[in-house]
Amino acid sequence: MDERHDELHSSVHATHPVVGTELTFGSVTDKISAIVLKRKTPISWFIGFAVSFALFQLMMLAITKLLFVGIGMWGVNVPVAWGMDILNFVWWIGIGHAGTLISAILLLLRQKWRTSINRFAEAMTLFAVAQAGMYPIMHLGRPWLAYWLFPYPNTMGIWPQFRSPLMWDVFAVSTYATVSAVFWFVGLIPDFATLRDRAKSKTFQMIYGMLAMGWRGSARHWHRYEMAYLLLAGLATPLVLSVHTIVSFDFAVGIIPGWHATIFPPYFVAGAIYAGFAMVLLLTIPLRKLFGLESFITMRHMHNMAKIMLATGLIVFYGYLMEAFFGWYSGNQYEQFMIWNRMHGPYAVYYWALIFCNGLTPQLLWFKKIRSNLLVLWVICIVVSIGMWLERFVIVVTSLHRDYLPSSWGMYSPSQWDWSMFIGTIGFFFALLFLFIRFLPMISIFEMRTILPEAEVEE
Amino acid sequence: MKGKPNPHLYGVMAQFDNPSALVAAARETYEAGYRQINGYSPFPIEELWEAIGFKRTALPIIVLIGGIVGGLGGFFMQYWMEVIDYPINVGGKPFNSWPAFIPITFECTVLVAAFSAVLGMLALNKLPQPYHPVFNAPNFALATRDSFFLVIESKDPKFDHDEAVRFLRTLEPREVIDVEL
Repeated sequence: MDERHDELHSSVHATHPVVGTELTFGSVTDKISAIVLKRKTPISWFIGFAVSFALFQLMMLAITKLLFVGIGMWGVNVPVAWGMDILNFVWWIGIGHAGTLISAILLLLRQKWRTSINRFAEAMTLFAVAQAGMYPIMHLGRPWLAYWLFPYPNTMGIWPQFRSPLMWDVFAVSTYATVSAVFWFVGLIPDFATLRDRAKSKTFQMIYGMLAMGWRGSARHWHRYEMAYLLLAGLATPLVLSVHTIVSFDFAVGIIPGWHATIFPPYFVAGAIYAGFAMVLLLTIPLRKLFGLESFITMRHMHNMAKIMLATGLIVFYGYLMEAFFGWYSGNQYEQFMIWNRMHGPYAVYYWALIFCNGLTPQLLWFKKIRSNLLVLWVICIVVSIGMWLERFVIVVTSLHRDYLPSSWGMYSPSQWDWSMFIGTIGFFFALLFLFIRFLPMISIFEMRTILPEAEVEE
Repeated sequence: MKGKPNPHLYGVMAQFDNPSALVAAARETYEAGYRQINGYSPFPIEELWEAIGFKRTALPIIVLIGGIVGGLGGFFMQYWMEVIDYPINVGGKPFNSWPAFIPITFECTVLVAAFSAVLGMLALNKLPQPYHPVFNAPNFALATRDSFFLVIESKDPKFDHDEAVRFLRTLEPREVIDVEL
């Protein structure tokens, strides 16, 4: 039985290795650095960057108008005072979580396959968190006073209210953004040195040289570097779990039916990882094709990511079922009404679309045939991303629009400016990603070298 | 016969083609009694730092201290602000409602510890360092691609130029060169 299992295991590994067998230290270095330094920028890059940059302008327009007229231009009003703004915040920050999971948690679990996708996923994290961070700030009403959120000695002589989950959020998100950024930068230092030594133009030698800070691959440096990297991974692991937990506290600490649930933290974290892996797949499938990276990002990666999506998707679906069960089992008429209203109320179509996207669609990933078909996988990832957006819509909007008093019931519909802001942040996200893949190595070169067979030291 | 010491010499450098050769050479050099030696490689090689006799780093302690400072700092920042400097009654909760202070305490712990890890690593490595003698070696750009280097530094008490070159040649490197300061 064990032998059979081993055989089966090794045959899967033989057909889908972590890294192409033809690669050497030199070819790995040249192939990845060439994307940045030598290869002609593909025309699709210019088109993609132009489109996303144009959408980014839409965001700038929406923000400019917001600064002039205030958040009255959005669809939010009592009783739905948290609308697309907060749901997009949660959506973006959730997407970011996969990057940290890949770079930190899979590192601690010694999953070698993470190596070729971690750099890219970390960049995605950083850019997604940048989008997320904008929303609560824009929602403040007077965004130019955002620094009031931080405890600094001020002439008013007062301090922030640390008992509020919204304050916890400020610390969690800003710590997460900062730690993700330094983790990413530390990972890039040896690759900056590689680019410095490969670059032909003086300007790029100077820029990458400064970023590399004089890295020379000394054994003493590597030792401390590896230690720092491991410790950062150990710190980022509880951090990433804490961030979405605290985001879920924004809701769970409130006493609104549909928010006040103990299941929120684990189910938010699972949802974040689920959404994040969908986004990583969504981006890597076209990118590996476009830049010919099939020997770096192999089918093994696709299968593994799809399996993680399936696992976390099941946790999320369990969360939905439990929400319904708790609503019924609580015996509380407001809780019971909340879940009835989700299923049959004015926003029922959102709820059932959510169940379709996040409950049923990921079940397709049980099948190897489907995981191997990249086009289908890509479509599933889009469906999942939409599903996760719907989940936050259902949580934020349906819970608020029918609360305790029927006299204060209302409806919510996002205005054109809500949509402009959302589409604009998608544009900003992609514009940053396009710049990233053009100017920085999207696969960690030095870590790729470590997983090549020739890196093995023979005694 | 002892060669004339060259004050402008940083050390002698041997170039190797693969990590196994470098690790074996580093081990022999260490066993031959050289202590001021260093290896240069395009990726981290655990056996290499052990071979050159570099086993301990203060980094974990620095990070631990950073984490403790961040945690205590984070908690007592909130304590001081909410209990001592401006106590305010929120929903009848005690001024020192410590469970509510835990999330921010945790975030501050991670933040300061992470900064200690990064800045500590850079400081111990003396980075940023724009100039270093090894960059004078003509092939050294390959140390970030696919080549492996071993250096015996001239500050080693046992260092003698001709002897060190002769010794490194016995390790079958691709070539041995002098590295000037």
